[in-house]
Formats: sequence, C-alpha cells, structure tokens
Amino acid sequence: MATMRTLVQPVDHAAELGRAGANVTGGGSALLHLAGRHPLGLLGLVIVVVFVLVAAFAPLLATYDPLATNAAASLAQPGGQHMLGADFMGRDLWSRIIYGARISLAVGIASTVLGCVIGAAVGLVSGYWGGWVDLVVQRVNDVLQALPLLVLALVMAASLGPSLANTIIAISIPVVPHVARVIRASTLSVREMPFVEAARAEGMGELQIALRHVLPNTLAPVIVLSTAQLGSAILTEASLSFLGLGIPEPYPSWGRMLSESAAEYVRTAPWLVIFPGLAISLVIFGTNLLGDAVRDILDPRERS
Amino acid sequence: MPGETATLPALPEGAARAGPPVLEVEGLSTWFFTRRGIVRAVDDVSFALAEGETLAIVGESGCGKSITALSILGLVPSPPGRIVGGAVRLRGTDLLRVDEEAMRRVRGNEISMIFQEPMTSLNPVLTIGAQIEEALTLHQTALSRAEVRARAVEMLQLVRIPEPERRAKEYPHQLSGGMRQRAMIAMALSCNPRVLIADEPTTALDVTIQAQILELILDLQRRLGTAVILITHDLGVVAETAQRVIVMYAGRKVEEAEVVALFEQPLHPYTRGLMGSIPHLVDENTERLAEIPGMVPALNALPPGCAFAPRCTMATERCHAEMPPYREWQPGHYSACWYAEALMQHGAVP
Repeated sequence: MATMRTLVQPVDHAAELGRAGANVTGGGSALLHLAGRHPLGLLGLVIVVVFVLVAAFAPLLATYDPLATNAAASLAQPGGQHMLGADFMGRDLWSRIIYGARISLAVGIASTVLGCVIGAAVGLVSGYWGGWVDLVVQRVNDVLQALPLLVLALVMAASLGPSLANTIIAISIPVVPHVARVIRASTLSVREMPFVEAARAEGMGELQIALRHVLPNTLAPVIVLSTAQLGSAILTEASLSFLGLGIPEPYPSWGRMLSESAAEYVRTAPWLVIFPGLAISLVIFGTNLLGDAVRDILDPRERS
Repeated sequence: MPGETATLPALPEGAARAGPPVLEVEGLSTWFFTRRGIVRAVDDVSFALAEGETLAIVGESGCGKSITALSILGLVPSPPGRIVGGAVRLRGTDLLRVDEEAMRRVRGNEISMIFQEPMTSLNPVLTIGAQIEEALTLHQTALSRAEVRARAVEMLQLVRIPEPERRAKEYPHQLSGGMRQRAMIAMALSCNPRVLIADEPTTALDVTIQAQILELILDLQRRLGTAVILITHDLGVVAETAQRVIVMYAGRKVEEAEVVALFEQPLHPYTRGLMGSIPHLVDENTERLAEIPGMVPALNALPPGCAFAPRCTMATERCHAEMPPYREWQPGHYSACWYAEALMQHGAVP
C-alpha cells in the first residue's frame, strides 16, 4: 500500500487541492502554522484584522463626525483637540481616516467578490463547455487584460460616473479576466478527472456537475488571487478617488483626502497628506503580506 | 439497507441464468471519427445479460472494453465518438433511442458503474457521505433529507466499512485505496441498480485488497440480485467471478463461452495467448512467461483478414486475407477463428 500511495501521489492533483482547501479552513492549527512558518504573513493578517475592526467599530473610535465642518478648526495642527489635525474645512482627520477605512474595505471587498464571482462564472462556462463560447470569451479577456488595471478602471469609472456602487463595478471589471483565466485553466484539467465521469455515470446533469464537482476544485488558486486582489482594489479606489473619479464628496475616501490636500496644502499642512498616505500604505502592506503567505501555504510544492 | 437486504431472497448460484435478460446489447458499433480516419472502437458487439449473472469482458488495453461500457451508458465522448448502429435494450427499452433526460434517470439508478481508479473517482472536496447521497437525491426523490443520510450510512455499512457514521463525514484522502473502492461500490449500488458495470474495479488495488473487493462485489450481487458486467484484462479475476466470458480483440468479439468451457478449451489463439501469459505457481518447468508478440493494431488501419493474424503464431494465408466468421462451435461456445475446429480437436493447427 505504501509504495502505491507514493506512486499515485504526484498525479493526485485534485486531492492536493482538497488538502489545500482543508488547510485554509483549519482554524486554530492553521494560525499556529502561519505564525511558525510565515511570521510576515501573520503580521499581514494582524494588520488586515485591525483594519477590519477599525472599519467595523468606526463610530466608537471616531472622535468627531467625519462630515462635520468647523471653520474655526480649519487646517488645525495635529495634537490638541484634533489628534491628527483637521483639513481645510475643519473636518477631523482622525475621524475621517477611521471612516475612510469603511469605504476602502467596502470597495475593496465588494469589488473583489464581484469580480471573482463574475470571473468564476465566465471561466467555468468557458472552460467546461469550451467550443466557440470559449474562443469568444478568451479573446474578450485578452483585450481586457491588455489594458492595465488602473486604466481599465479609469475608463469604467469615467463612463459610469462617480458613486460608491459605480466605483465598485469599475474596479471589479478588471478583476474578471484574471479570475476567469485562472478558473478556466483549472477547469480544463478538473473536467477530465474520473470523478466528473463518475458523476455523469451517476445520472447528474452537466450544469450540476460543473457547479458541484468542477467549480469547488478550481477555487484554491482564486483564494490566493483574491487576497492579492484585495490590496490592489483598495489601491485602485484610492487612485480613482485621487483622480476625482471615485467616491464623491463628502464621503471620506483616503485617496480623495490625499488628492484634495496634495496640491495646495502639502507645504503648509503636510499632515493632511502624510496620514491618509500612511493609512493606504499600511493596508496595502498588510494585504500583500497576507496574500504572499496564503500563496505559499496553498502552493503544493511548498508543502512537504 | 441491511434490513431490506435481509428480506431479499439470496439467489442460488447458477439459477440466476435462467431469468430473462435484463440487458441486451445487439450489434453495437461505436466509431470514432478522427482526422486520421474512422476508428472502429466497438464493432458489431452483441451479448445478453441475465438477472443476477456475471458476464466478464476480457481483452488487452484498447480492445474496446471500456468503450462498450460507456456506450451502454450513453457516455461516449462525442465528438469524435458516435454510436453508429445497434441497440442496447434495458428490459425491452432501447437506450440508444431515448433522450438525454431519460438516459440520466437510467444512469446511476438502473445501470451504474464502478471505475478503475478509486484514487481519482471520488471528488476530493466532498465528504464520502455527501457523494453517496448524491445518487440518492438524484434518483430517489421521495426520500427525505434525513432518510437519504441514513441510507448513505447503511450503504457504507453494507460494503463493510467500519464506523460508517464517522467515515461518512470523512474526505476521500482520509481513506485507503481499498476503502475508497468500497465507497465507490456503495455509491454505485445505493439506488439498487439492475446492472452494475465494473470497469477494472481491482486493477489499481493491492493484490490482497483485490480479492476482498471482488468477494464484496460478488456477495452484494448475490444478495441484491444485480447483474454485473465485469470488465478486466485479468483472466484470474474472470475465473473466480464470472459465469460467462466474452473475449474482445480490436473492437470485436473473438470468443464467447461459459467460464469453465473457456478455460478448458479456448477456441481462439488470442484467448490461449492471454491464458499463456498468466504465471503458474505449480508449473514444474519454470519457463519464461509466454507473451503475445506485437501490439494491438491501430483501429483505423485494421488488416483485411483476422485482426489478430499479424500476432498469431498459427496464422495462415487465409487468416491474413479473409475475416473469419463468428460462429458457435459447441453449444454456447462461440469463436471467430478459421481454425477453431482444429483447436477443438488437436489443441493446435495441425
């Protein structure tokens, strides 16, 4: 038995994925594993968790209403009544950054999820059924992928107009071809697996086979992709808002806060640039560390 | 399930053959239309399967055994494959003439299949229980959620998996190869099918496990009255399990007989070749294991005469030029060889 297992193992690709999937949902032991082998990944996880908690408990952490203006406090320096200072309209910077975490998180997660769901559907249809549908979908993907993420998001945002929902859609569209490509590639190999044939011999319909047997076996690489994508989506939102195409006033978006102040106040009130910039950098740093660790953990070649 | 099986009368061995055929395959031809020509993977194959009977289909890799099985289930990959002729009658209904939806109700319900690779025939991300429940939810729509779950556990018990409740919640990678094949059998039998097609069910297993799995299939067959088509290249397996044997070569039947008659007096040189390549423990002269020289010919470029002639040690000019007829030489013993009669009388071509 032992020799047969080792013989079979290298081709037991789907079982590998299954184990990988089980690893992710492992809970406590997975966390310990992460701490031991990927200390930076743990740091990333901590940053992301703190970020999520800040967004969730924003009303408790904020010291002022993030939208309330106060002429008396215009461009107030950090310290004193305003911990991190106040902007031109006298809005408290700390409170705006805290609430800005909500916007960043909402846009980041919503656009990643939306992009992944659409991408998974497109990739699955394309890979499982193949034929001319596959051909057309792949050429459209080529076109979309030829454009840089930000440019595509810019075009989308500009044509949709600035609003929270439109920003999410604009950022999710460039994610679609990436996810679709990954899912399609896995689908092509998974659909040839004997358990798919077995499901067919069991009398299962094609749609049900695709959703129940093929799709779950293609998701491991998408988990990696989406973790990395989260940071990039947050950055894209900041960039769009910086260029005035993202979240409209008066909602606090880190990117917009940066752009408003960068031109006029970078010399006179540098804290207006430094703190939102720090917030963006920290979150991107955290999600990237986490994304790298997740990729390492799910990579079958890494595990022995 | 155990309660239910207890009420089923155990079929006495041999008596089963008297029943009417459950499955009749007549003149089945499945061809693959490729760029390099037409590949006749299955060519004019006929057989009947009685209730509770075990029919073995034997042959080398690429002789059409598996395609025959897939054709019965209507699962031939198309394109390039197509069933170009014949009939597959399940209790009188020709499965080649029913639509896909009706066919789906047959698969897994009336005819199920066990595959060769227990390692990859189970979905790694679903629990064993969930995969057994699948066929039940598809076909036994009257059962409630809880009944389906209970029945899945009963099936695991039936295939003698210890601690079935716990195993039902486990994933395939937590089970050994033999256990997985047992789970596959549980899946295939969960809807109590009339016909079970076992495509090389023991090839990927350890020899010790092989015997257990075969015994399990036979025992369940006796208890449930299922007819079994056993596809294998292992004549040892055939001798232990089947009542009747079909030997296939290059997509066609070359010999068909009761298992005893086949082993006592094979009437086709190919069958003799297959038997010669089984190792014997008690052989006194420890000679080199006999092999059949050459390889199965490309199915898109078959010779005009007997397909086996290029590899046959007894072949004459006639064999190369003319296709031998498939005929009955003794009651119930068919063969497609010009020299079957000579084989019958002398054991070789004189």
